[in-house]
Amino acid sequence: MTVEPPGVRGSDTTQTGAGTAPAPLDVAALRADFPILRRTVRDERPLVYLDSGATSQRPTQVLDAERSFVETSNAAVHRGAHQLAEEATDAYEGARAKIARFVGVATNEIVFTKNATEGVNLVAYAMSNAATAGPEAERFRIGPGDEVVVSEMEHHANLVPWQQLCQRTGATLRWFGVTDEGRLDLSELDALINERTRVVAVTHQSNVLGTVNPLEAIVDRAHRVGAFVVLDACQSVPHGPVDFAAAGVDFAVFSGHKMLGPSGIGVLYGRHELLRAMPPFLTGGSMIELVHIDRSTFAEPPQRFEAGVPMTSQVVGLGAAVDYLSVVGMQRVSAHEHRLVERALRELSAVEGVRIIGPVDTENRGGAVSFVIDGVHPHDASQVMDDQGVEIRVGHHCAWPLHRRMGVPATIRASFYLYNELDEVTALVDAVREAQRFFAVTPTAG
Amino acid sequence: MQLEQMYQEIILDHYRNPHRHGLREPFDAESFQVNPTCGDEVTLRVRLVGSGTEATVADVSYAGQGCSISQAATSVLTDLVVGRPLQEALDKQAVFTELMEGRGQVEPDEDVLEDGVAFAGVAKYPMRVKCALLGWMAFRDAVSRVVDEVGAS
Repeated sequence: MTVEPPGVRGSDTTQTGAGTAPAPLDVAALRADFPILRRTVRDERPLVYLDSGATSQRPTQVLDAERSFVETSNAAVHRGAHQLAEEATDAYEGARAKIARFVGVATNEIVFTKNATEGVNLVAYAMSNAATAGPEAERFRIGPGDEVVVSEMEHHANLVPWQQLCQRTGATLRWFGVTDEGRLDLSELDALINERTRVVAVTHQSNVLGTVNPLEAIVDRAHRVGAFVVLDACQSVPHGPVDFAAAGVDFAVFSGHKMLGPSGIGVLYGRHELLRAMPPFLTGGSMIELVHIDRSTFAEPPQRFEAGVPMTSQVVGLGAAVDYLSVVGMQRVSAHEHRLVERALRELSAVEGVRIIGPVDTENRGGAVSFVIDGVHPHDASQVMDDQGVEIRVGHHCAWPLHRRMGVPATIRASFYLYNELDEVTALVDAVREAQRFFAVTPTAG
Repeated sequence: MQLEQMYQEIILDHYRNPHRHGLREPFDAESFQVNPTCGDEVTLRVRLVGSGTEATVADVSYAGQGCSISQAATSVLTDLVVGRPLQEALDKQAVFTELMEGRGQVEPDEDVLEDGVAFAGVAKYPMRVKCALLGWMAFRDAVSRVVDEVGAS
């Protein structure tokens, strides 16, 4: 099924004037595809949704695709030989092919998981399981003397599973620091990633700082010493063109619900050669080759890593989300968010008492802006902003070590997506000023 | 506007000028509590005089970081329990918890909760209830470390 978003006019190939600048989005038309954006909150305030970094909203095209699948072709995939099973399997595998193309990889390199967190755990547990697997899994074995490198800006999802892997196996966890400006500190790159390093797990784009990390230097160094690179792409794949094969990473994860798709569906990319040698994480139905009463052999990837009946309508929905984003064009999404972030950084910086946590320039920076307001705790600010209809996220955003590093207990984060308008940046800034007024910390009020 | 119902002047007063703030000696037990969803934390010390549930709460001191709701609720807590018999303090905890978990449907009893009635508006915001209860959880936990008859929750 091909989805034609009615709100989408033109595409990446529509150029305006000279140069390669993509045509701007017709945001008003796009917004018509998102019913939730028409609702009001808290005493009839228009909804200003600036929390897409946590979860994005879904267009009717995605909902329709899910509904249509369930109404016409629902069946357990990769089982049975009846017509519905055939159609359901085609829809599921068709979505896998689309999603693979969207991130520049082969279809059999895409594994579906419950969410991105499960994808990271899958790799980490497969590495533990390698200890008792056959010789082909040798390259995944890890133990005392080996090292895993993460960064101080990781989301807990790309940190805790590696801490746990180290605890289970006796390996040592090391990490990149973060500079005061909110950039990855690569000054110790060669010492940090060394002959003992087995895994380098880093985020593509910080969910708090918005920082986009320089993958090339990290991937080059990791591969020189024979380490795998595991990329947390949750905040990059939804917001711009990403090509895992070109980036040269070995594994990557992202989640459906942050890219206009359903929740309950995550994606793990693994280079095929690695997936073929990697032992399974979860075992059971569907992932086997031969089963005897006392032993089993396993299917080829990706089925080896998809035990049990998978999420089917969610995969179909994510396929529709990828169609939607592809028609819009990821270059245009990225350029649009760039404009929003540029304005947010400029206008927030102009408010006395507001401090941006993260890069204040727009170079290598994505659509999340975190900040603190002097004298107003983020939780309290959030309550006042919510009262204005401005829905932002507060807290440590599942990046507690990063907040410690930046010297703040919590931050306020506005995160943007293709359906946000420039006016909503103004609403954000107005709501920040209202929070200052409410708690009487505006400079003029003393 | 509901915002004023939530942030009553009493709450903002306690937030700006918290009562009995700071960590003091002597103390019998200390509890560290954290709200994992937002990172707010409180370290709270309890000084009891007397034994078992017959004891009197001689002092409660605390430090931490958090929003106005969590900070003010801890300040009010000290007003409600310091100088009172332990059993009365625990009863107040039960009444305050019932108010906070009542989704705004519980009528607050000013005789029991004093300034604590100001938190009735917070109960309408389920995401903020944990903030108001953070200090109380620390109080209960600290007491349970000293008095065998009191459970941690």
